Amino acid sequence: MNDQHVRLNVDGETVTLAASPSTSLLRALRDAGHTAMQGACEQGECGSCTVVVDGRVQNSCLTPALACDSAEVQTVKSLLQADLAEAFIRHGAVQCGFCTPGFVVAAEQALDSPDPLSADDVRERLAGNVCRCTGYLGIVDAVLEVDRSRRASA
Amino acid sequence: MSSCFSPTTLDQAIDLLAAMPHLRVVNGGTDVMVGVNAGSAKVDGWLNLRRVEDLRGIEHIDRGLRIGGGVTFAEIEQALTHEVPALAMAARTVGSRQIRSVGTIGGNLATASPAGDALPPLLVLDTEVDLVSPRGMRTVRLNEFLVGPKRSACAPDELVAAVVLTDCKGAQHFAKVGTRNAMVISICSLAARLDAKRGHARVAAGSVGPTALVLDIAAGLLLQRDGADDFADTVAQSVSPIDDHRATADYRRASVRVLAQRIHHHLWSEQVGR
Amino acid sequence: MTTATASATGVGAHAVRPDVPTKLSGDFEYSNDVRIPGMLFGATKRSPHAHARLVSIDASRALAHPGVVRVLTAADVPTSNLLGHIMSDQPVFVEEVARCEGEAVAFVVATSQEFAWAALDLIEVHWQPLTAITTIDDALATCDSPLHPLGNVIRELHIERGDDFTADVVVEATWETGRQDQLFLAPESAVAYPTGDGGVTLILATQDLHTDQHQLCTVLGLPPDRVHLINSGIGGAFGGREDITLQAHLAIAALVTNRPVKTTYRRGESFLAHPKRHPARLTYRVGASSDGMLQFVEAIVELDGGPYASTSQPVLGSACYFAAGPYRIPAVRVDGRVVRTNNPISGAMRGFGAVQACFGIESTLDLLADRLGVDPVELRRRNVLRDGDPFPTSGQVVRDQTPLDVLIETCVNLPYPDVDAHPLREPGGTGSTLMSARTQQGEGFALGVKNHMYGEGVREYSWAGLTLSRHGLTVSSSASECGQGIQTVLTQIVNDAFPGVAVTLAAPSTYMKYSGSSSASRQSWMSGSAVLGASRLLLAHLTERLNVDSVAFEEGEIVDAAKRRSLNDVLGDDEISVEYEYEAPPTSHGVEAFGTGDVHVSWMFVAHKALVEVDVELGLCTVLGIATAQDVGRAINPREVRGQILGGIAQGIGFAFNESLETRDGLSTNNSLTDYLVPTAADMPPVAIAMLEFPDPRSPLGIKGAGEPSSLSSTAAIAAAVRRATGQPVARVPMRPWDLTP
Repeated sequence: MNDQHVRLNVDGETVTLAASPSTSLLRALRDAGHTAMQGACEQGECGSCTVVVDGRVQNSCLTPALACDSAEVQTVKSLLQADLAEAFIRHGAVQCGFCTPGFVVAAEQALDSPDPLSADDVRERLAGNVCRCTGYLGIVDAVLEVDRSRRASA
Repeated sequence: MSSCFSPTTLDQAIDLLAAMPHLRVVNGGTDVMVGVNAGSAKVDGWLNLRRVEDLRGIEHIDRGLRIGGGVTFAEIEQALTHEVPALAMAARTVGSRQIRSVGTIGGNLATASPAGDALPPLLVLDTEVDLVSPRGMRTVRLNEFLVGPKRSACAPDELVAAVVLTDCKGAQHFAKVGTRNAMVISICSLAARLDAKRGHARVAAGSVGPTALVLDIAAGLLLQRDGADDFADTVAQSVSPIDDHRATADYRRASVRVLAQRIHHHLWSEQVGR
Repeated sequence: MTTATASATGVGAHAVRPDVPTKLSGDFEYSNDVRIPGMLFGATKRSPHAHARLVSIDASRALAHPGVVRVLTAADVPTSNLLGHIMSDQPVFVEEVARCEGEAVAFVVATSQEFAWAALDLIEVHWQPLTAITTIDDALATCDSPLHPLGNVIRELHIERGDDFTADVVVEATWETGRQDQLFLAPESAVAYPTGDGGVTLILATQDLHTDQHQLCTVLGLPPDRVHLINSGIGGAFGGREDITLQAHLAIAALVTNRPVKTTYRRGESFLAHPKRHPARLTYRVGASSDGMLQFVEAIVELDGGPYASTSQPVLGSACYFAAGPYRIPAVRVDGRVVRTNNPISGAMRGFGAVQACFGIESTLDLLADRLGVDPVELRRRNVLRDGDPFPTSGQVVRDQTPLDVLIETCVNLPYPDVDAHPLREPGGTGSTLMSARTQQGEGFALGVKNHMYGEGVREYSWAGLTLSRHGLTVSSSASECGQGIQTVLTQIVNDAFPGVAVTLAAPSTYMKYSGSSSASRQSWMSGSAVLGASRLLLAHLTERLNVDSVAFEEGEIVDAAKRRSLNDVLGDDEISVEYEYEAPPTSHGVEAFGTGDVHVSWMFVAHKALVEVDVELGLCTVLGIATAQDVGRAINPREVRGQILGGIAQGIGFAFNESLETRDGLSTNNSLTDYLVPTAADMPPVAIAMLEFPDPRSPLGIKGAGEPSSLSSTAAIAAAVRRATGQPVARVPMRPWDLTP
């Protein structure tokens, strides 16, 4: 059924994915062994599949794989920076971890902002990522802290 | 045999769609892929519009403000905060950042959901829809374009090239009722625009009828500075909400009345000094 | 499959969880990440009806589909078609009657997941719809023609203490709660493979390895040494992974095809497949003297269990025993029953009946406070249990527990985090489009209580093993790590006994002995104590082996009075293995007809207060802040305890406003994340937390359960706050906007 192929770049590596028209980028990536994104709902309502495609943060479950030929895809593997990882750990932002890869991508995107982020901004920018374990406050605190420290050292 | 076509111009896109009518049109994918993932929508091939440059861009033309069908909600939210605040406000409430980053205005129109957040603001901005096909371009007023719940006047071989907001002047507002602070389908929404000096008023409601509704009679009452109650009553009487799993018809009617009261007050307070 | 290499430190430290680095890098393996070469894929054909007779199944078109290998039905079940967590009353496959929407009638096995799902449409099932029983009252009215052979009542429980049910002031009220879903993020997924000796092994995500194994052995007709279960990483649980969902289907498929078989549920079917929080109706009569001293509580507790028992029996026990809260009450009468309906199945969810009970008693006490003209918190102060008092329902003497007056005062005096700085302060969501001019604030308070561990006479124990080699320590515990942090707790306990020694945790599996479920806030006490016991035993062995008086570890080396040696020096190629089984203090089953007795090991207490702002014209609410005081016994890892508290409060907020799987005639209307709304980051208020550490003297490390309390009274406190802000009765949670407008 998955008799077509797309060639794209995933975290800096050229990858060929098998797909049919109904295969989402999420499923094509995961079937090919790239499991750094999850599909908790496959409706675009939870953000666990969040990746960046050609510079745009999006739900990979809502992106047809076949539409991604020559696309540049970034997941947590190439987007996570050490300071965010360390802040996530210190603020208790990870429990079961299923939402974590998606949150990291959304957070790194949120941090790519010309202006300093308020807590309001962070919550709104991360509202597309559902977490059931942590109650969000640790995640928001981690992102705020990293925003401040990156601007301070810029 | 490829089943995904990614044209770079609108002409190419139209030709492909005419030649292969089985292709499903996709841009952001935020609506169509939900059904595909669930197995309820079958797709044999895609017409992928993400690379069509002609669909991008926001520009002033004679008719008004032209927004390409491929412009995303994120772009609208960022670019039009001051110029078209009602639309920018609505764009901000659509889904999540992930959705707004790829979801397009053209897609929202083609989906024609009665709950589409952008639709009431577009209606009060006297929006026209430019549709293109091998037969050329035709322009349809948005309220005529929205035919029924999830049904539009878009023919199978047509694409939404752009929307043109023909009148953005005046104080404007969009309000949405949802039971969560973000990522929520509206239970009811109301958009209104008031330019009292020129005697222009427009009102449109969402999620309270089979399509987003233009409320002409209510608009007349919006022009009455002291007519807030009458305005609100008329808005409530002009809508036809239903009971569904998200809300009751009674609540929708009562809430849209509350929104109308507030919008009337708000828009008139914005008129002072103009 | 996940073996964590520990990097934590000792008890009380904000130790880094050993599993976090791989979760951050995207390398952590959940059950849906498991791939075995040559594996087949399964999909489940489900009943679209809430109640229907199975007339026929025709799988011929599916079998003709290229890529479809087998279609399994009830005829393929080897030994017994019935299973269940406690009562074996639930079919593996529908044989005659489907009793709820989503019940499995067939399982397709195919060469890809897409083929398997596509083949579902090709299986023709003919049903004869039957009348669905969808209310508690209808279930009780049709006991003579029950929807299940075992009858419409799963359990009845009567609890009674004291005999004077009169008082100066009496209030009556009825409360209802909805059907909350655990909404763990990782949908059900597992792989089963044949082991070549007629047996089968599963890699899955379950809270209770041995209870799953037991049920599979019954279904398959195989002994335990042929049926093994190994936990992969688990993406949340909250009670939703205590029952059999896909395990039996996969095991049978693997044995029948002699291939590994995997399946992953889609979210919509996940909602239907696992049991959810019991909808409840609680009817109260509460009396007090005119100076505000409680005299009696009469409660009728009725739970909608759905068609199969799952864990309904202990859930009812919990709902009934906590129906009168943590108060000193001379006379208490509770009549409880959990009934079968054709609604979705009910079972375990964080709080386990005590959430519903808390909403009932706390809401009633607020009514009483109003009637008495007494401040609601003051009413609690006057009546809360003190050391030596009998627990109101069971009569069990409360001893050596956290002083509840301290708990109350701590919560009352805890300032909310900066409320004015709270983002999204106005009801109305992002962009604040609603221009809410007339909002009302309200504050609410509630006390919560629940037991930890099983109680009611269930023998409770947990096993742990330790192996020491020159490479370090391996901890063997079958306690499921669902994200709650039990593996971190166990690591920290071991770190304390063996400072500096590298610690590895083996993946929980049935190759290890029973440690019970990761539920009931029990694992830190139970498996923590087992690991503590094993540690002491290991140190004793070392002492004997070295022929010294005592040994200790320092920086990974063994130190005794005379010298300091490395593990390599002492052990060489040798290994020392010990095992330890810890048994909980015993409890008793409630006395016949009265339900009284020492039915619980002990209790966890919690207080919440909530400040809300309500757009009263629209009935939309924002929680401005929450403050909580929680009795945690001993915070093994304060950061992780904080995480548990915040997560439970988030679920409490969800249950207060939005979270209920709604049904019409037994069919779900919102089994998707579009319409089953959980709080997002934009909905979570700032939270102030005070952890009270009064170690439980019977807990070897003083540990008490920490996972459930935060979900107990958070909903009730929010409801109380909304009542105060709106003047509306709020007889039901979740609160919908139209319940809150005039």
